[in-house]
Amino acid sequence: MTGAPAPGPDGIGPEGDGLEVDGQWRSAWERAWRDERVAVLAGIARRLGDLQAAEDAVQDAFAAAAARWPRDGVPDRPGAWLTTTAWRRALDGVRRERRHLLVATPEGDPGGGEDQGQALRGRAGVDRTDPVDDLGPVARDDDVLALVLTCCHPALSPEAQVALTLRHVVGLSDRQIAARFLLPEPTVTKRLIRARAKIRDTRVAFGLPDRAQLGERLDEVRAVVYLVFTEGHLASDTERAVRADLCEEAVWLARQVHRLVPHDQETVGLLALLLLHHARTPAREDAGMLVPYARQDRNRWSHDLVDEARVLLAATTGPSARPPGPYELQAAIALLHAVAAPGDEPDWAAIARLYGALARVAPSPVVEVNRAVAVGRCAGPVAGLDVLRPVLADRRLERYLPLLAAHADLLERAGDPSAGAAWRRAADLAPSAEQRRELQERARRAAHA
Amino acid sequence: MNYLLLLANAPDAWDDADAVPLDASDDGVMSDWAAYTRALSDAGVLVGGGALHGAGAATTVQVRRGRRLLVDGPFAETKEHLIGFYVIDVPDLDAALDWAARVPNVRTGSVEVRPVQPGSDTATVLSTGRAPGSS
Repeated sequence: MTGAPAPGPDGIGPEGDGLEVDGQWRSAWERAWRDERVAVLAGIARRLGDLQAAEDAVQDAFAAAAARWPRDGVPDRPGAWLTTTAWRRALDGVRRERRHLLVATPEGDPGGGEDQGQALRGRAGVDRTDPVDDLGPVARDDDVLALVLTCCHPALSPEAQVALTLRHVVGLSDRQIAARFLLPEPTVTKRLIRARAKIRDTRVAFGLPDRAQLGERLDEVRAVVYLVFTEGHLASDTERAVRADLCEEAVWLARQVHRLVPHDQETVGLLALLLLHHARTPAREDAGMLVPYARQDRNRWSHDLVDEARVLLAATTGPSARPPGPYELQAAIALLHAVAAPGDEPDWAAIARLYGALARVAPSPVVEVNRAVAVGRCAGPVAGLDVLRPVLADRRLERYLPLLAAHADLLERAGDPSAGAAWRRAADLAPSAEQRRELQERARRAAHA
Repeated sequence: MNYLLLLANAPDAWDDADAVPLDASDDGVMSDWAAYTRALSDAGVLVGGGALHGAGAATTVQVRRGRRLLVDGPFAETKEHLIGFYVIDVPDLDAALDWAARVPNVRTGSVEVRPVQPGSDTATVLSTGRAPGSS
């Protein structure tokens, strides 16, 4: 599967134990880490109601597997073995906690007050007989969806949502997350501890919301996945070595969420959009430098990913389809760009229509600038300038480079003598010397036209 | 007439053992908190109360144009004043947030949702003689 997270957290697993490696158990272990870890964790977390304790138990179970599988052989159902082992560890942990409470409470009341007793029962007693090792695939999917929704709970800050999702759903270590977000590891660790404490203390339920709320909760999940992708996608030349993995991880996440809610149109749209962005990755880099979109060699785009996105999007149209949301519209636009033959213009009229629809469901100056460019290409630069006029009147966007560049380009195409000055204003805002030279060159050409 | 007493501390005051003696000691002597709660109760003036989890557990709810906006954290002290409080007993945060989103002032002001520490409600403190947070 594309973008599956790297196997093994830091410190446990086949690499860490110094055993003579037997390829068979090692690959089974790695496969289990990649394909089963999140379901095992989700099942334990949902029954325990405590993400930290569940994660600890699952890490223990994988460490136990690395110690015992080489000796005892790989179990028939590694996922079930890991779940049972993790569940036993989790219960051991709860019992230890109970003994601790027993000692600390003078009356010998194991739960302390009434509420505390209830909290503990909710975390252990009742669930003890749950046949956790024998859950059907449907229940496991529900558990995973519940885990994803909990990590992306709207009561958590976006930074916490991202960190929790990468830590517990994708399975990255604190150190790996810190590296990708260019943060000190203790910052990430502290952020995760606080977020898990909030989940525990406020009793965020590890469950599925009713259908009416699921849509809103999935909005949060999609925002997290998209944020993870853009963090990787926008990485600068020097950062890319450590950050580009985020794109793979976001695509993996989008596939997981899509698998869990296959009929959710916006989730289809998100996955298609990420696939289309990701398809360009091979063409984005040349000799370690980012290649701008316009100069990318389209033959190096991943055509498999483009085709996959095309098939996904084709399935969202039809009689039962709902009006497309922002991700689906952006994906449709990206697809029109991607399928235009090299050297040919994309279908600008269709793109302009899609930007019009996007402006209605998710209005923003960015969308209007893009719509103006598309209208300028299909209906002429004067029509494009008409679209741009209200955006130009917004003083807050005075220093928004894409707006100034689009304006200059439309003026130049319209033969307006002020185009040269407009390019120079854009050049003044260029973030890099290279881009500034490029825009100054446009200014010179416009002046001589 | 009911009066609400709002208790405030600097976030790090809890680390200072002298400032806030939380512990119910093992020989059964009530802490200042339990003693105070007992005094309120004996005087017949106690309606209810409890210890809140820290600000890190707070979620602030607003509803604007029919859309629910959640912020991780306590409400920012801008121009808003406290105007009231409810204590509700529901199974989880989502249920609490649903109720918070229905408080009448949520469309113009905001409602902060903060869990009360289990076992710290005054009824429990009075029945066990244990102070809030001493688990």
